[in-house]
Amino acid sequence: MNNPNKLGGLVLQTRFYHICVMAIAACFAFFPQAQAGEESSPAPGRAMARQAGILSGDWSTADHSEMEKLQQTFESGPEITEACLSCHAKADDQLFHTIHWKWLSPYEDGDLIGKAGYSINNFCISTNKMEDQKCSSCHIGWNGKEDGINCLRCHGGADMDWQAQFKDYKFFKEMGETELVEEIQADIKEAVTDITRPTRQNCGSCHFNGGGGEAVKHGDLDASLIKPKRSLDVHMGIDGQDFSCTRCHTTQEHQVSGRVYSTPAVSERKSLVEDDLAPKISCESCHTATPHKDDKINDHTDMVACQSCHIPEFARAHATEMTWDWSKAGRLKEGKPYIEKGKYDRPVYKSIKGTFTWEKDVVPKYYWYNGSVAAVTAKDVIDPSKTVRLSHPVGERGEGQSRIFPFKVHWAKQPYDKVNNTLVTPLLSKKNNGYWKTFDWQDSISRGMDIMDLPWSGELGFVETTYVFPTTHMVAPKEQALDCRACHRLKSGRLENLAGFYMPGRDRFQLLDYGAWGLAIAALAAVLLHAIGRIMASPGKKEE
Amino acid sequence: MSEQMKKIYLYTRYERSWHWLQMALIAVLLATGLEVHGVFSLIGFERAVDIHNFVGLTWLIAFFFFTFWLFTTGEWKQYIPTTRKMLVVIRYYSYGIFRGEPHPVPKSKKAKHNPLQRLTYLSLAAFMLPIQMITGLLYWSYNSWGAWGLDFLTMGVVAFVHTAMGFGILIFVIIHVYMTTTGHTVFAHIKAMITGWEDVEAGTPVEEWEKKAG
Repeated sequence: MNNPNKLGGLVLQTRFYHICVMAIAACFAFFPQAQAGEESSPAPGRAMARQAGILSGDWSTADHSEMEKLQQTFESGPEITEACLSCHAKADDQLFHTIHWKWLSPYEDGDLIGKAGYSINNFCISTNKMEDQKCSSCHIGWNGKEDGINCLRCHGGADMDWQAQFKDYKFFKEMGETELVEEIQADIKEAVTDITRPTRQNCGSCHFNGGGGEAVKHGDLDASLIKPKRSLDVHMGIDGQDFSCTRCHTTQEHQVSGRVYSTPAVSERKSLVEDDLAPKISCESCHTATPHKDDKINDHTDMVACQSCHIPEFARAHATEMTWDWSKAGRLKEGKPYIEKGKYDRPVYKSIKGTFTWEKDVVPKYYWYNGSVAAVTAKDVIDPSKTVRLSHPVGERGEGQSRIFPFKVHWAKQPYDKVNNTLVTPLLSKKNNGYWKTFDWQDSISRGMDIMDLPWSGELGFVETTYVFPTTHMVAPKEQALDCRACHRLKSGRLENLAGFYMPGRDRFQLLDYGAWGLAIAALAAVLLHAIGRIMASPGKKEE
Repeated sequence: MSEQMKKIYLYTRYERSWHWLQMALIAVLLATGLEVHGVFSLIGFERAVDIHNFVGLTWLIAFFFFTFWLFTTGEWKQYIPTTRKMLVVIRYYSYGIFRGEPHPVPKSKKAKHNPLQRLTYLSLAAFMLPIQMITGLLYWSYNSWGAWGLDFLTMGVVAFVHTAMGFGILIFVIIHVYMTTTGHTVFAHIKAMITGWEDVEAGTPVEEWEKKAG
């Protein structure tokens, strides 16, 4: 009887031992993948992007220096454009339909939204329907909208002040300085035949200098992107992928993609592998929606935009302007306007504009964002008792394409009409005899509002406003991407202000925590007391 | 004292392996869980999450084997709750133990657990751990809720239950570890869980078959 029993027990034991080993072995199937082969293979998103990017590169079938049409004397800008259009016959019509020409939102009827419309920002406020001459210096025409398109604004490889060049040309021609005239004409010819696809210089001449100066407007677009290091912009870095702007900002009939008005920037999460002519390239177009090796991180891409973690700070090379107080403008020294410089060698005061603050390595603000930005116009009534959100991201959690997205928020104090409760649009430029020349708010506002055909009560006030910029350039190399704890932390996490959902590490149920720790401490105290009781009682036991 | 004691083989090799494996898993899960919860910072959030997920899944699989073992060996009977002698046991731990009285429910192969243990282990194995595993699995698979038709759930609810149960297990561990010291020597019970041999008082009737195992 004994033997079989013993044997049975032993066999049974061994079997369970095996099961136990198998169980442990089975569990290792789930061992975190990141542990194995970190450097051996690129993350899936990176591999896909490399594949999608193979077709990168500038090439052309034309050499403009050999074209007969361009071998002539050009005495004005429009003559150059005429030469361009003699071959590129449809270009002007295409261009006249673009936002770059119209400065009006292509998504709305009429002239409400856009620089040339009633849109207002909290930098130079308004272009007064493009009447304010300084603003128009960025327009792609020869003279604002007056003298037609200047093709070379975007396609000229030479850095040239055309206005000055033609002025000199006329001047010396009248003076009879033939040699100088020939020299100028040679320069012009060289510039006219130096035709490129838009380079960073072309785009940057306006987009890096918006708001009245370099690095003023966008925190993620400034002159540092002309020759950035890979650490500043992993895509544009000249020691990295060396993308030009147009690598992502693709074009159809001169319509450049990527503008943010009222239409979601990314309505479809489309990969270039699915559709290699997708008109609007987003991160996911190349990197896919599951770019990481770690599945848990991929689980974030439906709620968190790539930019949120991969642009840890903006303005990482040049400081960007963060606040602008128009109410301080107009102070003069000995009757003359002056400029005061501060940190980063940037102006902290300008008589013509007011006070500024500048910041470098700025941590963005995060909002739910579906790709649309809602904006206040000069026609809207505001509530001056609160900070007016001149523009703000649209979107909320769980709504369609909304994801958490990083923003630069620019604060300003700007003029408004205290009676009508509307924002006002002063004329600024010296050429217009605007505020920058007269330092007279009443005059510059009343003339500015006249142009807009808007009422002005004459009661000037200053109101606090904020204006947002989605942060999408200056993507950092992966090593600089945010750590989980940047957001998954109890206090002062980056997503501290986003409410309405439970986020591990950030949120907890205070009562549960108090109760649970209370019970745990009570249990500990109880066992300690019990132990002390036993120790105290044990000598007495012996005596017994 | 040793003369009054007899050794019986109480815990099989599988039980002991399972117990200590489970101990290790719980220790790691508690530590990483509390780190994710933000109680302290030891190995970093990301690694804590990775390890917590991995160890949690490990436990889930191991738990299936344990359940299998429980039912194939009939050991599940050890967990049937009973009120018999319950009050006696409570009286012992709150009074008799200080007077040096013997334990009212001596351990035997047939009854490894006293009524209090039965109740505790049953609620642990049949209630707390499964809930912890289910909520843990849900927590881990958050992004698939929509596809699984679990949209009515919110992360808040799942996190609440998972955290509450986690603390429940922490409290169990505190008491459980202390109770191991209540044998005839401080380390007697721990030794038994390592070697399998439990010391029982000589007077305790030990059935013939119990001795054979060793």
